[in-house]
Amino acid sequence: MQITTPNFKENATRALNDAPLQKALKNVEIGFIAKRLAAVDALPEFEQLRDNARDIKNHTLAHLDLYLEEYEKKVIASGGHVHFAETAEDARAIILDICRKRNAKTVTKGKSMITEEIGLNDFFEKNGITPVETDLGEYIIQLRGETPSHIIAPAVHLNKDQVEADFRRVHTHLPADRDLTEHEALLNEARLVLRQRYFEADVGITGANFLVAETGSSVIVTNEGNGDLTQTLGKCHVVVASLEKLVPTLNDCSQILRVLARSATGQDMSVYTTFSTGPKRAEDPDGPEEYHVVLLDNGRTAMLGTEFQEMLRCIRCGACMNHCPVYHAVGGHAYGAVYPGPMGAVLTPSLSGIEVGGHLPNASTFCGRCESVCPMRIPLPKMMRHWREREFEKHLTPTAARYGLKFWAFFARRPKLYRAAVSVAMPLLSWLGGSSRRIHSLPLADGWTKHREMPAPEGKTFLQAWAEKQAREAGR
Amino acid sequence: MSARDTILAKVRRSLAVSGDEAARRAAVAERLSDAKAGVIPARGQLPQDERIALFSKYAEKYGATIARVASIEDLPQEVSRYLKSSNLPASVRMGDDVLLKSAGFEREPMLTVLSGASDGTDLAGVSHARGAVAESGTLVLASGPDNPVTINFLPEHHIVAVRAEDIGASLEEAFAGIAATYGKGEMPRTVNFVTGPSRSGDIEQKIIMGAHGPRALHIVIVG
Repeated sequence: MQITTPNFKENATRALNDAPLQKALKNVEIGFIAKRLAAVDALPEFEQLRDNARDIKNHTLAHLDLYLEEYEKKVIASGGHVHFAETAEDARAIILDICRKRNAKTVTKGKSMITEEIGLNDFFEKNGITPVETDLGEYIIQLRGETPSHIIAPAVHLNKDQVEADFRRVHTHLPADRDLTEHEALLNEARLVLRQRYFEADVGITGANFLVAETGSSVIVTNEGNGDLTQTLGKCHVVVASLEKLVPTLNDCSQILRVLARSATGQDMSVYTTFSTGPKRAEDPDGPEEYHVVLLDNGRTAMLGTEFQEMLRCIRCGACMNHCPVYHAVGGHAYGAVYPGPMGAVLTPSLSGIEVGGHLPNASTFCGRCESVCPMRIPLPKMMRHWREREFEKHLTPTAARYGLKFWAFFARRPKLYRAAVSVAMPLLSWLGGSSRRIHSLPLADGWTKHREMPAPEGKTFLQAWAEKQAREAGR
Repeated sequence: MSARDTILAKVRRSLAVSGDEAARRAAVAERLSDAKAGVIPARGQLPQDERIALFSKYAEKYGATIARVASIEDLPQEVSRYLKSSNLPASVRMGDDVLLKSAGFEREPMLTVLSGASDGTDLAGVSHARGAVAESGTLVLASGPDNPVTINFLPEHHIVAVRAEDIGASLEEAFAGIAATYGKGEMPRTVNFVTGPSRSGDIEQKIIMGAHGPRALHIVIVG
């Protein structure tokens, strides 16, 4: 995809003024949060499971080389093929080669963020292969030529009438006077159109939520069943997954499954959790004849052993963005990267470089809600802070901000001077607030006050107020 | 150097290990052979007699319908009843499952039973779930000639028989059952954990049933 991360500010301003987007984003704020909370409240062991889920991934990452070897052995033993890809380009070449060998014309796809990361659809089209997204949300955005705005709800930025308009534009073989006003009608139409595509496909591509070393299985977790039809009806099943999807055993997988769906959609289990191991067996009447796993690095090995290693625990549930006030305000596309929200703000600079993604860790209020709901206990704010430090060290922070920080640091290192300065500044700001107690514009900070008003301080500094309180209490 | 070896070398460099450390290798070997269970929620440890109620509660919460019959011989009649009440033609698709075959579908002369994998034209399919998970209302279906995977996804209505004694408490129990049948570390091509009928919330977060898989899931508990 076209990375527009460096334009985050412009993207965000556009998003804030986009009325249909703002309407659609309300669904995130209302829906996901309440559902997650209800599911979590109904499972007293949830916090313990989060601890275990974190420990399982930490153990796996610390032994990743060995688990990769064990997993590979099991896949081969079950009749499958494992391909290692260092970069997105390598992964695309491997997948194209598999498709070419089968003379593939159409490829169906289950929902996969990794194939977004490697830009697979564009690449297929350039090479004469038609990719068909089968997840309803992915299908809608494919028709629109867009990228997902959310990692588990790709079309969450759209409203029903927009989807209706797209279906009428594209499905011209259907009667023009059909009724598409209800959600059900839209879903039925997509079901009808896509049903035929599964049978026509030469290759079915899915991602993986987990790769299990104990059995050599890949696991997908879905609600629609499209991923299952994709991998069952295609003659060849290709799994594209990044290295950190590994877990040691099925029992380890159970631990993480218990926190995944609850954190994502508030379900106890997603409708379909499917374990796939190798190609169809000799006696099987259905299933793919070939089974390939493409294991992608694309920057992950460089995160191991660094302060960003913990990010590799991420299971892509989307809870961090569902609870993020910045995501609620601007949606996923403003981030201009494959992965939006807090997890994207940490991952994008790792995958695309700080020069490209360095902006994103600044798109945070550091409210900490993302970390508090992360099922894998990833310290997202801490890692965003690490990126901000690196950005500053690399002199990528805007000049005004750098000088501002230096200016502040000068005072902060001189406590007496600092106190003297703020004892002058506070009454001044208080006076600026006027009777409304709100400051409408501030010199050098109009970027901030353009979109909101700053509450005016009371007039006293904290230390003054504290000293007065102490004196009052001493005199009591 | 192959991409495989380069990636393994990069992992080892980043972790500052060689890959030959005996302690690390032993830790991995032990983890894989022991495959210890972690935290199993209290509701995933219920005794047999309470599991069926919990399983039914969650399966219904996620949109499945449930019937209970005394023995497998009662299944054909229940299938006919379900088809009729759903205004469906008296025809089902079914694999070669021994339990299903023993039900005596020939005693329902009006009911057509097609065997083998589904080609997408069937309105109803019947499967036998090898197990179920009470803690989440989940069915466990294993692929093979007995129960082809296409029957789980292509028909509009999926009727699934599960024996009462096969309803386990937890996910871990379901995996232990699979290991007992296929061998430790071995799996059939596909294992489907199914919790309710297919659905999508992709348009405005409104949940609509019947996205790509079955619109309805009817579970028949046998025994």
